[in-house]
Amino acid sequence: MGKLTIGCFASLVGSLNLDFAVKLAEAAVEKGHKVDFWVSGNGTMLSITDQRSFKDYSYLQERVKNLISKGVTFTACEACAEARGYHKENTMEGFKRHSMDWYLASTFDADRVLHIGGE
Amino acid sequence: MATKRLGFIVQRPPYKSENPKLAITHAIATQTVEIYLEEGDLVTADIAFIGDGVLNCVKNQKSMDHYGITSTEQHLKNALLLDLNILICKEDLERFGLSEDDVVLDAEEFGAETKAKVVPFSEISKMMEEVNHLLFF
Repeated sequence: MGKLTIGCFASLVGSLNLDFAVKLAEAAVEKGHKVDFWVSGNGTMLSITDQRSFKDYSYLQERVKNLISKGVTFTACEACAEARGYHKENTMEGFKRHSMDWYLASTFDADRVLHIGGE
Repeated sequence: MATKRLGFIVQRPPYKSENPKLAITHAIATQTVEIYLEEGDLVTADIAFIGDGVLNCVKNQKSMDHYGITSTEQHLKNALLLDLNILICKEDLERFGLSEDDVVLDAEEFGAETKAKVVPFSEISKMMEEVNHLLFF
C-alpha cells in the first residue's frame, strides 16, 4: 500500500475543496493507504474544535475525528493558525500543529502528493 | 540518503489570494526540513512563476507601506538568499508588457549570490518533468 500526502489551503466554509480533500482521504484509507493531511492558510480552519453543524455549511469535524482514529495524521500550519486566532486550546484533539517544513518532510516518502486548491 | 525535489508552480497574481506567498514560504521551509528526516535525506524546491503568477515578481512592491505586511518581493529575495531556483516565464511576462528590467532577479543587497531566471516556458516545463512532485498555487 502507498502513502498519500494531501495539502489543502482552502477554508472549511467558502468552497468545497476541503470537503473534496477529506473525501479523498477517506477513500485512500478505505483502500488501505497511509495518509498525511496538511492544512495551511485558510485551511487551518479545519483544525478548530467545536464546529457546529448547519445544513448550509460544510461540516467535517466528525469525519476528521474518524480519520484521525483510523491513523490519518492531520497537521495544521501553526503560524497560519495563530495568525487567525486558532490557538492550541481550541484545536481539535489529535490535530497536530507544526511549521511548514512538516509538510515538505511528509512529501519525502509519499508516493503521491496532492496539493488541493486555495481561494 | 536521498533527495526529493518539489516543484512549486505559482499561477495566481499577488495579494488577490494568499497562495503565492504560501508557495514561497513553503518552498523556503525546505531549509529546515532536515529536522524531520533521516541524516543525509533532503527535500529541495524549485519555484516557477507562470501565467498571472509572474506579477508576483514585479519590483518595488509597497505592501508594507499600504497594508503593513511583508511583500511578495521580500519573500522572493529571501528565497534567493537561500539559493532556491526561481524561474519566471518569459512569454507570460511579455504578455503583460513586462521585461527582465521590471522583475526581481536578485537580492544583492542581502548578499544573495543566486539570481532568478527569466526563461521560456519550455524550460519551466522541463523542470516540471524532472521534479518528484508538483504543487500548484
